[in-house]
Amino acid sequence: MTAAAEDPLAAPAPVETPTAPGEPLLVADGVTVRFHTRNGVVRAVEDVSLELREGEVLAVVGESGSGKTVFTRRVMGLVSGGRGTEVGGTVTFGGTDLTALSSTELSRIWGAEIALILQDPMTSLNPVKRIGAQITESILLHRRVSKAEATKRAIELLRSVGLSEPERRIRQYPHELSGGMRQRVTIAIALSCDPRLLLADEPTTALDVTVQAQILDLLADLQARLGMSMLLVTHDLRVVRSRSHRIAVMYAGRIVETAPTSTLFANPLMPYTEALMNAVPPVAGPNHVRLQVIPGRPPNLIRPPAGCKFSPRCPYAQDRCLTEEPPLRDAEPSPLSEPSRRSPSAAPELHQYRCWFPVGSPAWAEAKARNVERGSSAAGTPVTEEMVLT
Amino acid sequence: MSDVQLTAAVPAVATTGAGRRIGRVPWGYWVAWTWLGSVVLAALFAPLLPLWDPAVPDYSNVFGGITPTHWLGGDTLGRDTFSRVVYGARASLLVGLCAVGMGAVVGGILGMVAGYFRGRVDRILSWIADVVLAFPGLVLIIAIVAVLGASLPNLIAGLAILSVPTFIRLSRATTLVVAQREFVQAARAYGCRPLRIIAREIAPNVVLPVAAYAFIMVGVFIVVEGSLSFLGLGIPPPTPSWGGMIAAGRTELLRFPHISLFPAAVMFLTVLSINYIGERTRKQFEVKEANL
Amino acid sequence: MTDTMPVGATGAPPAPPAAPTGAAGPRRPGRHRHTARYVRARLTHLLLVLLAVTFLSFVVVDLLPGDAAVVVAGENATPEQVQAVRETLQLDRPLLIRYVDWLGGVLTGDLGSSFRTGQPVLEALGERIPVSLQLAVVAQLLALVIAVPLAVYSAYRPGRLLDRTTMTLGFAGAAMPQFVLGMVLIVAFAGGFSSILPATGYTSFFEDPLANLRSIILPCVTLMVAEAAVYRQLLRSDMISTLQEDFILMARSKGLRPRAILLRHALRPSSFSLITLSGVNLGRLIGGTVIVETLFAIPGLGQLIVQAVFNRDYMILQGALLFVAVAYVVINMLIDLLYLVLDPRVRRDV
Repeated sequence: MTAAAEDPLAAPAPVETPTAPGEPLLVADGVTVRFHTRNGVVRAVEDVSLELREGEVLAVVGESGSGKTVFTRRVMGLVSGGRGTEVGGTVTFGGTDLTALSSTELSRIWGAEIALILQDPMTSLNPVKRIGAQITESILLHRRVSKAEATKRAIELLRSVGLSEPERRIRQYPHELSGGMRQRVTIAIALSCDPRLLLADEPTTALDVTVQAQILDLLADLQARLGMSMLLVTHDLRVVRSRSHRIAVMYAGRIVETAPTSTLFANPLMPYTEALMNAVPPVAGPNHVRLQVIPGRPPNLIRPPAGCKFSPRCPYAQDRCLTEEPPLRDAEPSPLSEPSRRSPSAAPELHQYRCWFPVGSPAWAEAKARNVERGSSAAGTPVTEEMVLT
Repeated sequence: MSDVQLTAAVPAVATTGAGRRIGRVPWGYWVAWTWLGSVVLAALFAPLLPLWDPAVPDYSNVFGGITPTHWLGGDTLGRDTFSRVVYGARASLLVGLCAVGMGAVVGGILGMVAGYFRGRVDRILSWIADVVLAFPGLVLIIAIVAVLGASLPNLIAGLAILSVPTFIRLSRATTLVVAQREFVQAARAYGCRPLRIIAREIAPNVVLPVAAYAFIMVGVFIVVEGSLSFLGLGIPPPTPSWGGMIAAGRTELLRFPHISLFPAAVMFLTVLSINYIGERTRKQFEVKEANL
Repeated sequence: MTDTMPVGATGAPPAPPAAPTGAAGPRRPGRHRHTARYVRARLTHLLLVLLAVTFLSFVVVDLLPGDAAVVVAGENATPEQVQAVRETLQLDRPLLIRYVDWLGGVLTGDLGSSFRTGQPVLEALGERIPVSLQLAVVAQLLALVIAVPLAVYSAYRPGRLLDRTTMTLGFAGAAMPQFVLGMVLIVAFAGGFSSILPATGYTSFFEDPLANLRSIILPCVTLMVAEAAVYRQLLRSDMISTLQEDFILMARSKGLRPRAILLRHALRPSSFSLITLSGVNLGRLIGGTVIVETLFAIPGLGQLIVQAVFNRDYMILQGALLFVAVAYVVINMLIDLLYLVLDPRVRRDV
């Protein structure tokens, strides 16, 4: 927590390859969140364990309803137990167990050490407060500075996130800015107290495609310059391919695969991960590739399927998948795996997955052949040759 | 995209589990319906019920207390209070239902027209609504009663006129929102005639909020009718009405409070039931109302 | 009837339209021009409302049965006397001419005099308006002072004890007719079980401030109860939906404490319906509160209007109705301007 004097935001440092991620900053252990509703218990997050190290970018990827947003908010402590919400597991941040803190203690960490960026900048700024006030609010809360100093800092922050005319912006209201500009403002707010951890919950989903890349690059740049850790939540694998060290894929509130980014892209073991990749146009290659759609809908979190949660939609599903839930297992070091492009010096990273028939294994090849032959998976999902061409 | 759980997770400031109470219908809801049902049934079948004649004085029962024959005692002329409360319900409910019904239909239609066509029609209707709202309602009622005579239909007409502007505003605001929806835009693009769009696409979406509001207005108008009777401007005696009964007992309030108290309690409970049911029903439309 | 019109009957105000999502918004000069145009359009609209209301009151009064001249001249007057009165009062001239005449008088500050007492209308209004104004303002303030904190806390902890208790009390308060509540209060505090407050009458504040306060307590409480109940419910429900907004989550994630979030972030964007409703109610109350004035024998505007109708005192009635309409119009304008101040997104073109 350095003062504004040696502000790393003020003078942009040359962008360099991030150093090897260091000590664990955030450890989530067995995080579980359940909402008791009229219709039953929504199992939003089930036993999720993750580790995020200093300076590391961890991407959490999943469809709507995979529990990634709730997980993020539980990590921060914004979702807490009581009154219909059941929580479990622990979250340790910098050696402190966040789940044991009172709300007063938590709010001292929020904004100062952990900051949040939300999906839709149209709704995440207070419409009746000036931009400047919304930035300085956080600074004045956590720092012993005068109003004038806070305003100066707000202007610097706006400049560092690439907004023109920051002196004018601080007097404007959110509705006077475009979506991309607003998201830059929320980033400025999040960074106002030099947090050690930034939680970005779908930071670009609500933005125009042309603006998305700019915002993502800005985030990556700031993360590298400030040496923050970042939890980047998204449904879009493209977004994180070149911008994360590791990826955790979530499905139905569970982690179904986690691996260093390059490993995951080179060698996905979970059919769901594979399906996500096929649902995304390749970065390089012909423009008009036929994209594959994942059949079916995300699972009902109140009455999830008995076995593997993905089995009803999985083209390789066998009888075992329908009855027995696979545990999260370590993968054998794969020959296809290569060192991560963004953290070359990182120690070999764990690759874990949750599947009885991991993609590429002999058992998988067998399962695939069987399903193609009978034209459907064990769950009854139609399977064609084309769908499993990988 | 927003995650399914988001809706459950976000109101964390407002405690995460407010949903716990939403699920079950509280007993008060059924009590309210039971009371309201009893009042309506009693009013409907009053002539068939074994009641005292509400208009005949009985000098042995003047200021009478509660007895097995007179359940709620007698009034200043000895008329049976229970019987008068039952017959008074007829007047109160008739005024409330008819005035609100007429106001809701007229105001609802005008509001849809204003909200759909916008422009000049909208300006003129809004202007009319403003004029009526800026004109003291009591003067209008007195004028109507004075010109046309004090009678139930005239009272109903006067109150209906007063309620029209509010319904115009509500219906117009709802229409403005509904008219932006895809299905209306689609109907427009297909070249449907405006009146058809209003009747087929917009009206079904406007009816519910207007009806929910009208329901609460019935309670309001029961009180308004009572207030007018209290001022001597309501339904002329000897026809019993709740407001008139309360006013009649006013002079003896200290010695014989029950003369005013019983009709007041019945009115209170009826309005309370209506408000309570209305509030619970309105919650169903809260999402729509939030866009008004 | 003025005072018994539903507190909730004024219809939800049109919410400020969604913010334009273009690039940078209008710069300052443009914004001012826009505001000016908006104010001008509102003014025109409201002026037309004023004209219509005053003309309507002429028509209504004209329709009233009973000849004002007869009423003024007295029961036993001869037809000649009545005719003389009619001519003096110029009642024999067509409606439109009289209206234009009256309008001309209004523009030069002359509202005429009472047919019956000869008292100038302005003077009669001057006696009544402060009374009604005081009642209206005090009752509104009381209602808001009670409702706002309860609503904010209820929205913060919905379903808890305070929320449930105040909701139940609110239902009871809203269902209690004013004339019943007033009667109960009189019995309880002024003559029945105790006599700590005067039951009737009104003392001017400048005569005796303490007696003035004592004389308005019961009327104001009578006026305030139902409104406080409705305000609490309205603000609570708007506040709860504001608390679901992303920017509230954002404020929490900055580390703001609940009190700061509720008061600095949630209250203002939640207060628009409340402000509108409260303004409309204030306008209505200023125009007199017949029930309460009758119950507590308070010489307010409502009484003046009702008496004027029964006495066919056109000039008084005309003047009073003009004031009521002006109050309505001015308060509507103020509410609109308040929107411009409170919500920077309001850029409504009329």
